[in-house]
Amino acid sequence: MISLTVNGKQEQVAASPDTPLLWVLRDILGLTGTKFGCGIAACGACTVHLDGEPIRSCVTPVSAAAGRSVTTIEGLSGDSGHPLQQAWIAEQVPQCGYCQSGQIMAAAGLLAKNPAPSDADIDAAMSGIICRCGTYQRVRDAIHRAVKAKRGEV
Amino acid sequence: MTQTIDQGRRTFIKASAAVGGGLLIGFYLPAASRLAEAAESPAPLRPNAWIRVGEDGKITVIVDKSEMGQGVMTALPMLVAEEMDAAWNQVRVETAPAAKAYINPLLGMQATGGSSSVRGSWEPLRKAGAAAREMLVAAAAQTWGVKADACRVANGEVSHPASGRRLGYGELTARAATLPVPNEVFLKDPQEFKLIGKPVPRLDTPQKVNGSAVFGLDVKVPGMLTATVVRCPVFGGKAASFDPKQAKRIRGVRHVLQIASGVAVVADGFWAAQQGAKALQVRWDEGAHAGLSSAGIRDKFATLAQRPGAVARSAGDAARALQGAARKIEAVYEVPYLAHATMEPMNCTAHVRKNGCEVWVPTQAQGRVQQTVAQVTGLPAESVTVHTTFLGGGFGRRFEQDFVAEAAQISKALGVPVKAVWTREDDMQHDFYRPATYNALSAGLDEKGLPVAWSHRIVGPSIMSRVFPNMVKNGIDPTSVEGAANLPYAIPNLQVEYTMHDPGVPVGFWRSVGSSQNAFITECFLDELAAAGGKDPFHLRRELLHAAPRHKAVLELAAAKAGWGKPLPKGLYRGIAVHESFTSFVAQVAEVSVSGEGEVKVHRVVCAVDCGMVVNPDTVRAQMESAIVYGLTAALKGEITVMGGRVQQSNFNDYPMLRMDEMPRVEVYIRPGADTPGGVGEPGTPPIAPAVANAIFAATGKRIRRLPIRAEDLKA
Ligand code: FES
Ligand code: FES
Repeated sequence: MISLTVNGKQEQVAASPDTPLLWVLRDILGLTGTKFGCGIAACGACTVHLDGEPIRSCVTPVSAAAGRSVTTIEGLSGDSGHPLQQAWIAEQVPQCGYCQSGQIMAAAGLLAKNPAPSDADIDAAMSGIICRCGTYQRVRDAIHRAVKAKRGEV
Repeated sequence: MTQTIDQGRRTFIKASAAVGGGLLIGFYLPAASRLAEAAESPAPLRPNAWIRVGEDGKITVIVDKSEMGQGVMTALPMLVAEEMDAAWNQVRVETAPAAKAYINPLLGMQATGGSSSVRGSWEPLRKAGAAAREMLVAAAAQTWGVKADACRVANGEVSHPASGRRLGYGELTARAATLPVPNEVFLKDPQEFKLIGKPVPRLDTPQKVNGSAVFGLDVKVPGMLTATVVRCPVFGGKAASFDPKQAKRIRGVRHVLQIASGVAVVADGFWAAQQGAKALQVRWDEGAHAGLSSAGIRDKFATLAQRPGAVARSAGDAARALQGAARKIEAVYEVPYLAHATMEPMNCTAHVRKNGCEVWVPTQAQGRVQQTVAQVTGLPAESVTVHTTFLGGGFGRRFEQDFVAEAAQISKALGVPVKAVWTREDDMQHDFYRPATYNALSAGLDEKGLPVAWSHRIVGPSIMSRVFPNMVKNGIDPTSVEGAANLPYAIPNLQVEYTMHDPGVPVGFWRSVGSSQNAFITECFLDELAAAGGKDPFHLRRELLHAAPRHKAVLELAAAKAGWGKPLPKGLYRGIAVHESFTSFVAQVAEVSVSGEGEVKVHRVVCAVDCGMVVNPDTVRAQMESAIVYGLTAALKGEITVMGGRVQQSNFNDYPMLRMDEMPRVEVYIRPGADTPGGVGEPGTPPIAPAVANAIFAATGKRIRRLPIRAEDLKA
């Protein structure tokens, strides 16, 4: 049994310690908002926060999360009220939507550290997250919008 | 009561009371294209539900198309809501099951592709909405004892201005369901549109920002097991024998069994299944293609290109005009096989029972899913219930049935629900690839530098020979020559030929299909002619497009918005291209820089589109942005190579994608049009590769004649 906190809830999971956190979240805890895209840390679809830091859950063994706190897209806000989620809706970012949990979690990680990122900061933080539908321009616009919203400028 | 009326030849509308109250409107669409006639089995007239007006006033539109990011779950309800004068916040959307009534009139099967959704539904869905509105108005008029034309509709309500009375649609459904369907329905004058043409927010956005949208991979069925399939790495190979012992030792692995496509490892969850698959030992019979290589394929293509092919288009006498031309230009263009690489890997969940089967699947072709499962199980197709989930990308890949067949075979063998999940490696190495082709072109110019002859010979595999063989006529697969045979330029002597050759790499529809490559080839070669004749590439195109007004108009719009001819900051160069596909017209101007190392950076793309009447301009914009990224990824990076009969790429590390830091600024300008809506999901892809390649020529004087664009070819 490995115990970890997921979206504020204490969980005990019966998984071998080398099981990637991604599959514990999806197959054991039923949290399917976090996506599988590559399994080799190359696409970012599986991005979640571990103690507030964005990580690739497809290559993070669940043992590395033992006793720590994981936040997934489902736990980012109870009501889609996170400024990024609101900005994502305002900019109509998602197309197929498959990569968007990873995009939003990566962006949330960025804003937590850097409340007013430049385009170059966005490039650096977001280039790990592939969007095959090509929503990058809107992702960028939405991050800028969320920053402005936080400052009360939108 | 039920009413059916033939609304002219094209649509049959039916209305009835819904079970549990409310009004149902349905209709049936006869085949409306050559492809549809070819594909369709004569379907009985059996209208199905498309619009449900509840007693609570909520309007549910049943969408028969798959939502794969293109916004169809919003665009189609908009058509209904517009004609119904519904309030947008009353509108709900549901996905349709697989049924004959949902056969796509342009494709002849229930399927989403060919950028056909709005094109095919434009008239019938509006007619159904208009019929619903008229019946609701008639119900109100009857209730009040007034004339229908004394009533007004707005925001999902009927009012009688003279008396100030009003009733919501919900309150009118019971009576409306007893009324006859109008013989004739009147569609709104586009001037009166309130929703169509407005950037209406997508209905599926909220669930795509909080993780609640259910994709195929997210399906949960009680008692379900997860399977991965180990396939022969060589195309066409088979498992000769396998030893399940090592795989079965993995905790969570339950079954190992052979199926048609390979050996399935079935486990409690994906991770165990994948570990089992890694441990599995299989001896392969590699079959006939074990010696296949990209170099060999290319050599074969090149040899075949020396012989005449089947004639796809012929005007004047190209051979003679070439001989008599003042100048002759020749070039060979090559494009590689490409993978689709949808973000969500292929998957399907099936539960085969004795008397029926349920399937949960991200598919572009519900009708084919029924047929596939019927073939695997021997069950009648009607007993196969298809639940379409959200698609994590489609791009043509999810038209295919390989993953459906696997899930059905495994579930049938085990008698439990099975989710078959592909890894990224499976997805990349077992795709139906965009065809590689080899193209020999020659053209002749007159003394003024104007083209008088154009000859284009295409060699490559055919998609239709496998998918719809009866679409192949006289050696021509229309998808192989689309975008080449319909060259829009006024060149008096023209010959386009095609030689079909299938080396054994499976091929399929890939976003914009033949146009994805033929636009690159023709628009780059035309640029070569401009340079050879001493003409500006924009002006030469304009001159040759005098009989193609919609091409010309988007070309001019893109050039104007991009500031064609005006100076650019140092190191930036422009290229232009224009192309029609799926009855939409798109021109793009790319601004590009090339470093001394040959690294290409695309800074800005100006895109002008004429897709006829626009349903949702924000969706059109989003689809252009998306299609540009898709085409740019292919132009800059995409290449599937084969060695020893197997694909050499395996994941995003060696089949890279465009990323945020390489994203150009994209500006989209929509040319307002009154024509019937054209497609928008695909037409933005074809022009980007030639626009970028032509800009690279402007920057370096070097021609890009094979994709992807390689830095080593461009080093200073
Ligand atoms: S699935 Fe983890 S990075 Fe792609
Ligand atoms: S929205 Fe489809 S992959 Fe990003």
